[in-house]
Amino acid sequence: MSASGVLIAIPAWNESGSIAGVIDKVRKHQPDANILVVNDGSTDNTAALAEAGGANVVSLPFNVGVGGAMRTAFLYAKRHGYAAVVQVDADGQHDPADLDRLIDGLDQADIVVGTRFHENSMYFVGGPRRWAMVLLSKALSWMNKRTISDPTSGFRSAGPRAIELFAVEYPADYLGDTVGSLAIAIRNELVVHEEPVTMYFRQTGRPSKNAVWSALYLGRATLAIIATGLKGGYIPKGDLS
Amino acid sequence: MTAQILGAVAAIITFVFVFSLLRRGVLREKYAVLWLFFSAATLFFALVPSALVWISRTIGVAEPVNLLFFVTVVLLILVAVQLSYELSRHEARIRRLAEEVALAQRQIQELRDADGSD
Repeated sequence: MSASGVLIAIPAWNESGSIAGVIDKVRKHQPDANILVVNDGSTDNTAALAEAGGANVVSLPFNVGVGGAMRTAFLYAKRHGYAAVVQVDADGQHDPADLDRLIDGLDQADIVVGTRFHENSMYFVGGPRRWAMVLLSKALSWMNKRTISDPTSGFRSAGPRAIELFAVEYPADYLGDTVGSLAIAIRNELVVHEEPVTMYFRQTGRPSKNAVWSALYLGRATLAIIATGLKGGYIPKGDLS
Repeated sequence: MTAQILGAVAAIITFVFVFSLLRRGVLREKYAVLWLFFSAATLFFALVPSALVWISRTIGVAEPVNLLFFVTVVLLILVAVQLSYELSRHEARIRRLAEEVALAQRQIQELRDADGSD
């Protein structure tokens, strides 16, 4: 796949400390790709820094969550005729060196999820959060009939069919932007593969999920999967092009 | 007797309040109708308690007041669920609007840049 048809989408909410560095690194690894920063209602100067860094910036009027930011990116990609969208987090946790693998993987799949769980990974989670992630992985792998070891990963790529779907339906609920979106994709018979990626520790800011929230993961995530599973074959309604 | 008066007064106050909201255009008809109906029904049973007694006997509820509470709770739950539904729908619509506004703003900026007037 040629990199010129690739949109690197970076949802950002108050990430002024890391956004410039992330854009720089992405450009170094993907000089031909266009970078779109979706400023999700930041109250700091994230948008200005992203613009100064040479990215295209789309600013949401208020914070709508990663799901809303990503749907905006998919709508943008659809209307501008991009062949692929790769989501990269603005906090610097994702290594742009992995972008090639996620983009190339789209030759065989509609969605490629970067998994943080593999032999050489430094990434580790424990406690209730781990149990929840294992359960989510099992449920989605079963739905997908193919392993998805890290369904909560936000480092992933999407091809034309996925862009078409996600421009219409991309959940903004808790876990919806990661697990829920995959469940919707699988229900719509998109092909979901995975590739190993490197995970860095956060550069700035605080992890979005503390221990209490982690414990709540299980119930809410299960509910999300059940709800999506019950939805039946979802056919996007309405023409938004 | 006191309970009757209390019920009637509450129903009248609710009716007048909802009606004034409706008149000022603050409340939409589809919600107002429901509350007006509720207050009208409450007023009716406050003024004609024998009606409640008769209905209770007919469907086999020993204590008329229990029937009143039961029906009230069920109706209020239905209203709450309906409001949650409306709220979810509006949140989804507002989110879609926010996304479209963001993209439209971007497009305006791109057109301006291409035009060189900005």
